[in-house]
Amino acid sequence: MKKTILSAAIGAAVLGAASAASAATLADVKAKGVVTCGVSQGIPGFSNPNDKGDWSGIDVDYCRGIAAAVFGDPTKAKFVALSSKDRFPALQSGEVDVLTRNTTWTISRDTSLGFNFRTVNYYDGQGFMVKKSLNVKSALELSGAAVCVQQGTTTELNLADYFKANNLQYNPVVFEKEADATSAYDAGRCDVYTTDQSGLYAIRLKMKNPDENMVLPEVISKEPLGPAVRQGDDQWFDVVSWVHYAMVNAEELGITSKNVDEMKASGGPDIKRMLGSEEGTKIGTDLGLTNDWAYNIIKNVGNYGEVFARNLGPETPIKIERGLNALWNKGGLQYAPPIR
Amino acid sequence: MALTDFSYVRQEMAPPKPAPASEVGVIHWLRANLFASVKDTILTLAAIALLAYTLPGIIQWLFIDASWTGVDRKACATISQGGILPDGQSGACWAFVSAKFEQFIFGRYPSDLYWRPLLVMAMFVVLLIPMLMPKAPYKGWNALALFIILPFVSFFLLGGGLGLEPVETQLWGGLMVTLILSFFGITVSLPFGILLALGRRSNMPVIKMLCVLFIEIIRGIPLITVLFMASVMLPLFLPDGWTFDKLLRALIGVSLFSSAYMAEVIRGGLQAMPKGQFEGADSLGLSYWQKMRLVILPQAIKLVIPGIVNTFIGLFKDTSLVYIIGMFDLLGIVTLNQSDANWSTPVTPITGYVFAGFVFWIFCFAMSRYSLFMERHLDTGHKR
Repeated sequence: MKKTILSAAIGAAVLGAASAASAATLADVKAKGVVTCGVSQGIPGFSNPNDKGDWSGIDVDYCRGIAAAVFGDPTKAKFVALSSKDRFPALQSGEVDVLTRNTTWTISRDTSLGFNFRTVNYYDGQGFMVKKSLNVKSALELSGAAVCVQQGTTTELNLADYFKANNLQYNPVVFEKEADATSAYDAGRCDVYTTDQSGLYAIRLKMKNPDENMVLPEVISKEPLGPAVRQGDDQWFDVVSWVHYAMVNAEELGITSKNVDEMKASGGPDIKRMLGSEEGTKIGTDLGLTNDWAYNIIKNVGNYGEVFARNLGPETPIKIERGLNALWNKGGLQYAPPIR
Repeated sequence: MALTDFSYVRQEMAPPKPAPASEVGVIHWLRANLFASVKDTILTLAAIALLAYTLPGIIQWLFIDASWTGVDRKACATISQGGILPDGQSGACWAFVSAKFEQFIFGRYPSDLYWRPLLVMAMFVVLLIPMLMPKAPYKGWNALALFIILPFVSFFLLGGGLGLEPVETQLWGGLMVTLILSFFGITVSLPFGILLALGRRSNMPVIKMLCVLFIEIIRGIPLITVLFMASVMLPLFLPDGWTFDKLLRALIGVSLFSSAYMAEVIRGGLQAMPKGQFEGADSLGLSYWQKMRLVILPQAIKLVIPGIVNTFIGLFKDTSLVYIIGMFDLLGIVTLNQSDANWSTPVTPITGYVFAGFVFWIFCFAMSRYSLFMERHLDTGHKR
């Protein structure tokens, strides 16, 4: 009896068509009518819930951008919250179509895990935060320190590498959740807190006395954060990549969500080409989308600069400067291939 | 000559005197309960000192210094933290709880459809209350409605279908998920637990072995492992593109678990039954199921009510583990919302945890009081 109940339950729970997730993700997504993105279980500014319970953040807006490009409707994005441990199995198994969960692009994730990375929507780097009372001026003076760190991240590995390379001793104090690691640091359980610099900005908001802490000058790693898709589906990979490039190009060309309509009608040739108002353009259809794909992204989500300002910029509580994430012609690294 | 003829014998009873001051009233209560001996006095004074030391701080933090209204973190942060409170003040951030209250209850369920979970909740309460009252009539119909019909109705009401707009379980959350998981776990675990316990004591070797295997394997693995396997490994074994609803994974995992634990609790009750009860039932010519239903189980289950409620309470709190498979129960959604930078202050996490702890406590305490009431109500056989 138990068996029949169980198998009936399993039968009822298998959702959607049993389509192959390995190829033709774009067709699957179009058939489902929604793009499924893996996001975090709460990283301020990247993916976190707002007061209404909607997801917000730069990774969330990336996903909405994909939905806008594919469907012309940013609300056709579904978010699956994943811990840092189960994000990769979720992408491998096809539970999510794309992982927009501030994931660092590394060679092993690109190769042995079977993912593809191409765009970087946030250039990050790992830093250290210490209490000023420790009187430490450099990370090289941290020998013997207790370090709070989040489990299962590249942060944890970089920390080990850095201390080993410099022949320093340390005691890692490992937490599964970012929030636990930060509150443990604030409560004095560790001398040092380490995470990506974007995280160090966010943790300041939770400190009892933010001014008693300082960020050490060393940036010990490169953390290019970007979306990951499964290998072996070049079309979907292209769609995901060009959504980011469209947002960056839009910022470079001065197209914003507010002026995109007039730009589409009266902009220069490169703007018209990008927004799909050029005569006989095939750019969007070649991508497997409609020709107004980029227009839809900019209109509904905004250009890269707008997305950054809305989620991380100085107007938000997190207050991160553009830094490495400024456009290439403004001293940063955000550089998009031309749309032509 | 009668005694009453003597003038020095009283004619009527003297009125009773009031009890001595030391035997009534507040003073007596204090003496009997708090200052009965030197040891008691010391302990009482120590307890008063402890309360005096902690309570004012707690009240100050929870109520007096707390921020009750506000739209973002400024309401709860001090000036040096970028807010409006004077430096050094630290109080609970109830504004955070009130801004997120709907999420804490319903998760990310669409707000224009809140009437659906509310309707389910109302039906649940209406059916549960007569179920809990021993004297209410129609127990059989009531149980059928509560344990069989309600789950199906609420499945469609909450999840959609049959003309209602579908709401994926991905959007369910908060107290709603906690209650669904624990109600489902409790409903499934009691009958399955009874069957498993009977199976384990059965004389039929195959059934006995299967039950022993099930119970021992499930009890031997932590719930977190089962949930993690179901969340991370299962999708890799399933064909590409098949997804298995996460809430259902959690429901199955939680029910399997609580069934195994429940089986052992019930088995304890069965073992406490004197052999005479079994033999007496046999001698009346009752079949196995009649014997169990009419004679053994009513007595055995009554004996293990504290153990059963213990398992229920444990289950209720264990539902928080679904956080690791990406579902947000009450505790999960409280934690999730701590990552909202608009509300992130030093006091936000603690306030959230205090709120979640209080809600959990209300439910667990209610269960515990109800079990005490049932014990007294059913305590007929062994009362002296």
